Amino acid sequence: MEYFLQQLINAVTLGSIYGLIAIGYTMVYGIIGMINFAHGDVFMIGGFMSLIGFLLCAMLGISSAPLAVVLVLLLAMAFTAVFGWTIERVAYRPLRGSFRLAPLISAIGVSIALQNYVQLAQGARPKPHTSLVQGGFTLYSANGFDVRVSWLQIVIVVLTVALMAGFTLVIGRTALGRQQRACEQDMKMASLLGVNVDRTISLTFMMGAALAAVAGMMFMMYYGVIDFFVGFLAGIKAFTAAVLGGIGSLPGAILGGLLIGLIEVFWAAYFSSEYKDVAAFGVLVLVLIFRPTGLLGRPELEKV
Amino acid sequence: MSLAISGSSTGVLDWPAAFKDALVTALVAGALGLFIVGFRTADFGKGLGFEYQFVDLAIACGVIFAGRFALSCARGGTSVVTLLLGAGLLAIALLAPLPSAFLRTVSGLAGVALLVAGTWTSVRGTSAGGGRIAALSAASDVLGTRVFPWFGAALLGVAVVLPFMPFADQKVMDLGILILTYVMLGWGLNIVVGLAGLLDLGYVAFYAVGAYAYAMLSTQHGWSFWMCLPVAGMLAATFGVVLGFPVLRLRGDYLAIVTLGFGEIIRIVLLNWTDFTQGPAGIGGIPSATLFGRVFAENAPAGGQTFHEWMEIPFSANHRLIFLYFVVLALALLTNFVTHRLRRLPVGRAWEALREDEVACQALGINPTNTKLTAFAIGAMFAGFAGTFFAAKQRFVSPESFVFIESAIILAIVVLGGMGSQVGVVLASIILIGLPEWFRDLGLYRMLVFGVAMVLIMVFKPRGLISRREPTIRLETGGGP
Repeated sequence: MEYFLQQLINAVTLGSIYGLIAIGYTMVYGIIGMINFAHGDVFMIGGFMSLIGFLLCAMLGISSAPLAVVLVLLLAMAFTAVFGWTIERVAYRPLRGSFRLAPLISAIGVSIALQNYVQLAQGARPKPHTSLVQGGFTLYSANGFDVRVSWLQIVIVVLTVALMAGFTLVIGRTALGRQQRACEQDMKMASLLGVNVDRTISLTFMMGAALAAVAGMMFMMYYGVIDFFVGFLAGIKAFTAAVLGGIGSLPGAILGGLLIGLIEVFWAAYFSSEYKDVAAFGVLVLVLIFRPTGLLGRPELEKV
Repeated sequence: MSLAISGSSTGVLDWPAAFKDALVTALVAGALGLFIVGFRTADFGKGLGFEYQFVDLAIACGVIFAGRFALSCARGGTSVVTLLLGAGLLAIALLAPLPSAFLRTVSGLAGVALLVAGTWTSVRGTSAGGGRIAALSAASDVLGTRVFPWFGAALLGVAVVLPFMPFADQKVMDLGILILTYVMLGWGLNIVVGLAGLLDLGYVAFYAVGAYAYAMLSTQHGWSFWMCLPVAGMLAATFGVVLGFPVLRLRGDYLAIVTLGFGEIIRIVLLNWTDFTQGPAGIGGIPSATLFGRVFAENAPAGGQTFHEWMEIPFSANHRLIFLYFVVLALALLTNFVTHRLRRLPVGRAWEALREDEVACQALGINPTNTKLTAFAIGAMFAGFAGTFFAAKQRFVSPESFVFIESAIILAIVVLGGMGSQVGVVLASIILIGLPEWFRDLGLYRMLVFGVAMVLIMVFKPRGLISRREPTIRLETGGGP
């Protein structure tokens, strides 16, 4: 029971990180219908930005953990958003309206280029980092087993919930959100009605990249290490999460992220840690076979 | 150029706009590089510290600014500025003490590109030059339509005589075998992606099945290459059916992600099922392919005969490579031939119809799942053949060879070549596999260049290198009533 509870806490933390990356996939897929294959690498870049940000904070003598976290978070979000904007502008916008596979190939190219860019500029070795947010408390103790929650886990979950709420508001209530939903439904019609489609899509990519930067920072702090290749697996799993929850759906992305986190952590805890990724993909296949639109997705209308 | 900036295509240069555009581009580049390049994290013994590279970054931004501005000038008809800036960048690359060889190369290449762009616009600007260019492009079009049908045959001719050329040493043969392996994989995947329109991101899984099938059957049960080849192909096809059956009812991108997942699952299983596959250590000592039982080695094994004894020629290590080269050439041609024939069969027609409109196909009584399954299985079979060949060539297999990036490269070959174009696959393989191998000197920058090239080819030629495709069916128009 205690072991189960501890694993549950770990799973929710991991699931939050996946969920945040998944939002980026789901928003881009919803609006232009393409798999942004480079999103996992944008996440990795966000992680590197925050690593460098924390080192800078330490150099400048900012020792207060909350201040450093907020500063680094803003910095990483802002600069990673520039990556999101550039990728869309250079690699995807010229291909809009081209056939379906063209942007996917270009996205794979961007992914390879980003990984090698970071590898060249920062070196191939994993970079260790001790988190500023240390410690935690014992939630519950029985049979000689302590169920512990670290402050970092609380920060991660709270930040995810807050961002999720914020983005639901942005999509649901603001002018930008209305424009995004309009583009999602019918891009041509939206542009006829005066929506600046290019700007809306750029902003969507920037929002996705900023969220990926948050996830990257959390990942870097949680595992205490980052290298240029982490984006690949995390990206695939986050995309799996987005599909699992129903692609195009914001709550679905978080739900899918949590489920992938749960499956992965519990499989590793009770069966074997080698096959945890197999379990995550296996569940995805099962869900897609029995519910092809994902858990919260709307059924696609068949237009003839 | 499809990356044209707004408002500068009229032929009159808008100086402030061009300046602003170049400045913004340079600033964005600066923002992209500020943290990743500017602060290089390095371990100084007591935790991570920084190595600052701001000078490099500033120079790179300067080159980008000059390049972007010069391109705007060329587009605006003021190619003198372009030529001057290009010459300037080239001079900097050659003369100035730049901090790294990378910057020198980038600056030099940018200079050359600008010089070309500037000359091009200035020639096109004059009426005589413009006329000449128009005539030239018309002539090359005519040449293209005349020569195109023979292009494939010419390539085949080059491929056949290549091993007998004086320059064909081991390095050339290795590269030839590598390119042909990818050509074969590209043709195999073309059945799935190009003809049936199914996006398969886990193609390398079937390649792995073929390779491991041969590796295990030969090392544990002593099967020969030629016995294993059909078995491995059938095994891979069976895998294709088993994996495909549940997932082929899914549409488009879902299929992509599930095949990607399956590709990873196979790799993880190969990595972790140590009793069966020897895990990350891989399987070594795989026998190479033989020619009628004759081995390619300096000394014959007990009771066997070597190729050079049989032919009564002196031994050369190159013989084995030349033989393998012809084996893979034959396998690739088999793939091409089968694809070519299948396209004329009912099932091939059904694939292409299904790619265009699934609902209409269902209305006409085509079973989409079965039709897709045949495409998936046949594609997988050829990957299995290629895998067997790979194992025989390398004589060692490990899960390292079957990572996702391989699937991505094969898919890129198909798409960059022009979907469904068989010659395009050959060209794309030569460009994507051959050139990077040739430019091994690029070292670490090789994959960066590879990724950027993938993006650039897609942006400038989204339909692939060879976008013309022979129509499957031609309506008879000749002859009146």
